[in-house]
Amino acid sequence: MNPEEIYKTLTDKFGESILGFDTELAGDPIIQIVPAAIADVCQYLAETDTLAFDSLMCLSGVDLGAKEEELFVVYHLYAMQHRHSVVLKVSVPKGDAHLPSVSRIWKTADWHEREAYDLYGILFEGHTDLRRILLPDDWEGYPLRKDYKEPDLYRGMRVPY
Amino acid sequence: METTQQTESKIIELKPFTDEMVVNMGPQHPSTHGVLRLELILDGEVVREAIPHIGYLHRCFEKHSENLSYPQIIPFTDRMDYVAAMNQNWGFCLAVEKLMAADEKKDFAVPERAEYLRVLICELNRIASHLLSFGTYGMDTGAVTPFFYAFRDRERLLLLFEKICGARLTYNYIRIGGVSEIIHMEPGSLDEQNFLDEVKDFLDYFEPKIDEYNDLLTSNSIFSERTMGVAVMSAEMALSYGATGPNLRGSGVDWDLRRDEPYSIYDRFDFEVPVAKDIPELGAVVGDCWSRYKVRMDEMKESVRIVRQILAEGLPDGPVMADLKAVRPPKGEIYFRSEAPRGELGFYIVSDGTPKPVRLKGRSPCFSALSALQELSRGLMVADIIAIIGSIDIVMGEVDR
Repeated sequence: MNPEEIYKTLTDKFGESILGFDTELAGDPIIQIVPAAIADVCQYLAETDTLAFDSLMCLSGVDLGAKEEELFVVYHLYAMQHRHSVVLKVSVPKGDAHLPSVSRIWKTADWHEREAYDLYGILFEGHTDLRRILLPDDWEGYPLRKDYKEPDLYRGMRVPY
Repeated sequence: METTQQTESKIIELKPFTDEMVVNMGPQHPSTHGVLRLELILDGEVVREAIPHIGYLHRCFEKHSENLSYPQIIPFTDRMDYVAAMNQNWGFCLAVEKLMAADEKKDFAVPERAEYLRVLICELNRIASHLLSFGTYGMDTGAVTPFFYAFRDRERLLLLFEKICGARLTYNYIRIGGVSEIIHMEPGSLDEQNFLDEVKDFLDYFEPKIDEYNDLLTSNSIFSERTMGVAVMSAEMALSYGATGPNLRGSGVDWDLRRDEPYSIYDRFDFEVPVAKDIPELGAVVGDCWSRYKVRMDEMKESVRIVRQILAEGLPDGPVMADLKAVRPPKGEIYFRSEAPRGELGFYIVSDGTPKPVRLKGRSPCFSALSALQELSRGLMVADIIAIIGSIDIVMGEVDR
């Protein structure tokens, strides 16, 4: 199936939880989804035989700018059997960034969600072990946010160079 | 009285009680392949849980990249997987080129000569990377000799890379739109002929060596005992954890991006994709440590085969760099994956039309493969952990980015 057919299938099934289909920009077309529905949509995508998305290629957090109100989480999925791919995107408010975890569906999401939490401060509900992964446990702030200011000192060591 | 004592001692023998012990393995440990720390929860010598702690090599290159122009990012990709840096350069350049190609106003194509040079050099780099994996895996499992043999041959490859780009490890050779011209090789010149002759000499020398290494290590009974049937990763598990490349093929999934989603000019070459099979007479099971290792050994042969085809055709004439005024991809985003020696290397780029990316994410194959370690090692022995780490072949520079 091409992304457009997948989008149609999803709107038939989930209705208003699917916000739109973005083809204007260069690159891959994107299906936008309501944050609260992402785990259900992913479960459907993984378990339906005609879709069978068995691999999560990449899960990334995105911050488009310091003035933006929202953070994004982007899911790149691939189905080995049908050889089709799809891109899902959800937006969450910066002040209260939380959405359901998909780590139950694909184990890849376990560490990738921890990374997104570590670097963007996005909370994934239902993740069994959401702690920092790349940064030390006592690090403050979320470095990949555009408004991030690095601390002057970390345990007595100078941070800016 | 005596009988009671005997029964009691018998009970003690039947139910030996050991305290659970937490041991830190790494971050400074030769068999953790870099700075990986494992928190081992042990019951005697049995691993109840092995929790990986990563991030010791974290430089947040993704944050750096947001303040750099696209060509300036390429040296940062070198430092991801530093034993296969050519492939990392290439993965990034392919992603940028694909995003740029989406802009209809700009007509640009990577020159043929550059494509051939890219495939040639990246396949050689794949051999170098697998050689390192083979050598260190031997050392991890107690055989020191393969390490010296592997490094002797890898040295010849590094000298070739030095000839073509001036660096031995972090190359910055593949550029957006072509390859670096820092060391100029005129098409058809003596320089080019000398270089290709040297590549050919290396292949002639190296191809029989693969069989020698198979004799030395692959069929070695001590090595087989350590690796066969250990830590079996099923195909479903490999897919779910996002293990790719040799790890996925070691689990019996016939999948190679070079063949199944051909990029660049891979569709012009004839090569096999080695996939692990059950070998009952030896004791190898699909998905065990030995299968993952064996896939790498077989892949080296296929890389040799691809390079031989390039040598037979010869490098095409023409420039090595596309005529690009500036690297400025259109507004949009792209995810592109390529087959690096350790698996699927993806780059996710969000561009707002300026010369710098808004977001760049490197999807590292080792990062995903390493996340399977905890489940793989549950209930095995401490010594098996070393065999697993070596078999999934991680490079911490890429895990931590």
